[in-house]
This record gives sequence, C-alpha cells and structure tokens, in this order.
Amino acid sequence: MMFKLGALIMHPASKYALLALALLFPALAANEYQVYVMATAFIWAIAVYGFNVITGYCGQLNLAHGGFFAIGAYAVALLTADYGWNFWPAFIGALVITAVLGFLVGAVSLRLKEHYFAIFTLCVGFIIYLLLDKWEELTHGAIGVRGIAAPDGFGLVNFRETIPVYYLILFFLVFIIWFTSRIQKSLLGRTFIAIRNGDDLAESLGINLMKNKILAFVISTTYAGLAGALYAGMIRFVGPEDGNILHTFNMITYLLVGGIGTLFGPLIGTLGIVWITQSLQFLEEYRMIIFGPLLVILVIFFPLGVSGSFLTWMHRKAQALGLGPKKVQQESKVNTAREVENNA
Amino acid sequence: MLKVEHLTKMFGGLAAVNDVSVEFGANQINAIIGPNGAGKSTFFNLISGVHQPTSGRILLDGTDVTTMRCDHVARLGVGRTFQTTNLFETATVLDNLIVGHRLRTHSGLWDVLINSKRLQAEEKAAREKAREALDFVGLTHAENRYIADCTQEERKRVAFALALATDPKIVLLDEPAAGVNPEETEGLAELMKKMVKNGLTVCLIEHKMDMIMGIADKIMVLDHGEKIAEGTPEEVKNNPVVIEAYLGSDHDAAA
Repeated sequence: MMFKLGALIMHPASKYALLALALLFPALAANEYQVYVMATAFIWAIAVYGFNVITGYCGQLNLAHGGFFAIGAYAVALLTADYGWNFWPAFIGALVITAVLGFLVGAVSLRLKEHYFAIFTLCVGFIIYLLLDKWEELTHGAIGVRGIAAPDGFGLVNFRETIPVYYLILFFLVFIIWFTSRIQKSLLGRTFIAIRNGDDLAESLGINLMKNKILAFVISTTYAGLAGALYAGMIRFVGPEDGNILHTFNMITYLLVGGIGTLFGPLIGTLGIVWITQSLQFLEEYRMIIFGPLLVILVIFFPLGVSGSFLTWMHRKAQALGLGPKKVQQESKVNTAREVENNA
Repeated sequence: MLKVEHLTKMFGGLAAVNDVSVEFGANQINAIIGPNGAGKSTFFNLISGVHQPTSGRILLDGTDVTTMRCDHVARLGVGRTFQTTNLFETATVLDNLIVGHRLRTHSGLWDVLINSKRLQAEEKAAREKAREALDFVGLTHAENRYIADCTQEERKRVAFALALATDPKIVLLDEPAAGVNPEETEGLAELMKKMVKNGLTVCLIEHKMDMIMGIADKIMVLDHGEKIAEGTPEEVKNNPVVIEAYLGSDHDAAA
C-alpha cells in the first residue's frame, strides 16, 4: 500500500501535477500574503539548489553561499538604483558578477580540503557581510539600498504586483530544477559525486579535481546570484542583513531536512520549513523549542532527509519485490505536492 | 611495462621509500610485500601521482610519468584500488561504476545544457563500459543493488570494476583481499588471474602470503622503505633477509 503510493509519487506524471499545483497556487491561496511567502520560499529554494550542487553533489561545504546570494541581490540593487540600469541588464550583470567572483573565490578556497575549506569560506562569507555593512561609498552601508527597479514587464505585466512576480520566480525555479536534473543525471553530475565520495578515488579515476570543483562552485554561486537578483527585484530593498551568515545556516537546514544530494531535497526542505515556520509564527521566538528537537530527531534518524530516505526506502522495497529499477530511478515528486497542498 | 629507477620519497627526514629500483613486466602479477610501514602504499602513491617523488624516475611503457598529476597518470592507463573504497552508499552498483569511464569522455557543462549528441553517446558508452566491467568481475546480478547492501567481498569486486572501467593497462591493487574470508580470497585471486589473461598487468600489495605465493609471478619485498629482495615466490620465500624482516633476527628477539 505504502509502496504503491510511493510508486505513484515517483511516476513521471507527478512532476506535471506538481507544476500544475504550483501554477494554480495563487488561485488556491487564502490571501496574497501566502502567495508572497511562497514566492520568497521559491527564491530560497533556488539558492538551496545552488548549495546542493557544491555541497550535496560535490561534497564541499561552502559556508559563503549566503554571501553570494547577497552579492547577487546587491548587484541588481546598486546597478539599478545607483547606476540607472534597467532590471534585466542588471539581472544578467548579477549572474556574471557572481559567476566571476565564484570563480575567483573558488580558485583560492578550493585549494583547501574538508573542514579547512568550510572554515575558509565561513570567513569569506563574513567578509562579504562586512563589506556590505562598512563599505558605505559602494553599498550605502547599514541603511541599505532603496529604489531598486522591479523586473521590467515590457508593458505586458506589472512585476510590482505579487502574483505576476510569483510566476516569474516560479519560471526560474522550474528552469533551475530542470537544469539541475540534467546535471545530476549526466556524466558531469557523476563526476561531482565521485569527488564527494573521495578526492583520492576521484583522482585515480582520472578526474581533474580542481577544474571540476571550481565548475561546481561557479554553478552554485551563479544559482545563488540568480536567487539574490530575483530577491532584490521582488522585495526592492536590500540591506547588509541579507548577507548575514545566518542565511547560509538556514539553507543548510533546508538541505539537510529535504535531502542532501537529491534532486527534490532542496524544494521539499525549503518549502516544508518555510511553511512550518510560518505556521508556528504565533509562538514567536519560542518556536525554536519545537523546531530544535524536530531537527535533531530528523538528523539522527533520517540523515538522508525526507527525499533521500524516501528514495532509499522505495529502492529497497522494489528490490525486495523483485521489480525493475526503472521506476525507482525517478525522483520523488508528489511528496512536495502533498506538502504544498497541506500548507495551502 | 612499469620501470622504476632509484625512487626516493622523503617525508621530512624520514625516507618512506628509499632508492627503490624495480621493473614490473607486462601481463604479470607483481606483488609487493613487506611489514607494516615498509612504504608499500607510498610506493603506489608515487606511481599513481598522488605524491611527487623526491628523486628517481618512473617510466610507464617508456613514458616518463614521474612528475605527472594523478589524473594524467590515470588517463595513461594506471587504474588503482584503495585499502578502503568510499563509494556512494545509497546509489546502485551500476550508478557507482558509470563515472569510471569519465576520463575517456569530453562532455562539459554546455553539453549538459543542450543535451548534445556527444553527451548522449558518451553516456551510453560509459554505461556500457560499466556493465562490461561488472560482468568481468561477476557482479552483473547485483547491478541494481545499493552499495550499502553489498558484502565486503562484493565491494572489493565493485572497486575492481571501477578501476577496470577506466580502461587501464596496469592496475595497482592495495590489499585487495583484506577483510574477506579465505574462500572469497580465492575468488579474488582468480579474478586477478583473469585480468592478466585479458592482457592487463597487475600490481598488488597484500599481506595474505598464501594467496601471494600462489598467484604472483614476481614479488618485491620492501622493509623500512628499501627493497630487500625481489624474485619469484620460491626465491623470496627462502631468502634469509626476508625471513629476518618478517620474523626478526635472534638479535631483535633478544632486545
């Protein structure tokens, strides 16, 4: 019974059902605020997808990830507010800037391994925060940047309104999930995963470690930049707090809960936690009393996260039943759909 | 096939490998034995490019690979396994093996984005190569099993298959039979013989003497980083220096 339900979830058609649900969400939502929360969650999910590429697939814990999100947001903010650029050129600019900075930071930091890399990037993340906060001539310092241009709808749509911007963000989220699934299934994704399994083994398989790690790093920072740029376009205010290291740790939580290194883990984790946090809003700061133990239990008993545990369970079940692997290789989908339904 | 000349590796003041010269012939099983800490794994690391030697030369089929990086050496046809192989536990055996052929492919990010013909062809080739390697090590039936659900011996075979998927000319096996029972050890020994029969050259580090003596064409004995003996199993077995290194001399025993 459970297995049949699982098989249904993993059916290829489920992802279209999920997409349909996401498209209908503004109509199903009780109020505009819920659409707004969902759009923000989508933005974070995009950033978490980037985090998943470098940390989930490639195994390098990059604690500067939130910093690159902020750089993407500030790039759009400053280019539009201070230099009078239109949103879309600034958007492209943000992607280029985060990719180039990702390359430079990656080329230096990836010379370090494991926790040394994590500590180094933690410092990079903090330096980014300090620059945003203190370099007043460029970043406006602690007061942040106002007057950011909204995405240009070319007279067809007005992206200053919540619902159109929701669809815009959804479009990018779908693109990111599609692109990530391409990477994951390809030889490139397998190369990243081989590096995660161990530098020594990967190298002995003829994999150029530095080249592939930098590539994964640049992909991840560009995702973060994309998310940051959308964030700036939607909220239209950025401040140094957007570069707070706390955001990176939030993203780690989303990823661990959803399932690190899985295709739908970032989406499940981000949407799940954002909505749980929303529904526990009435507890104010006491919500951590519920949240903390919940996380601990999850990490101890389901280290693979929701998506990873589900996929593993399904695979073993299918093996035990003597079914082919074909069905099982698809990722979980309706899992998230159910979550969306529950929360809507 | 593999020729090593005066190879030395210093770690600080310690000579992990000291002036070792040896030649391993093609299509043979070559074993490296020696007490713990003799420098056997370091020797492998030097050949495969993980460490750069302090001095000496390494020639692979006449090509100087002494200062080459690991991934280049692998591309030239040196495959290897480790004492412990970290694989992707919650992925299938086949999924773990496909990447083995990556070094013979060229697809990059752009191919992934547009799903190019080249990428599709290369992925197909990598999958076929993985199946072929799996068949070679006799694990076709376990293709869809998670690594986490494999026995120790099966993992060893997967590690062999991964090395074979790189299309090597020579494979370096670091303690392939550690942690498997005698019956399974025999199976792994058969597998090594099969590799040689298929044109590969095998180099292995092993502590299981019964197995070594049964299959090796040539044995090199290392002790404290130095080569103390070399020859056929028969020669090595009766060499007093080797016996002393393993059992200690009367002098050592007294001290």
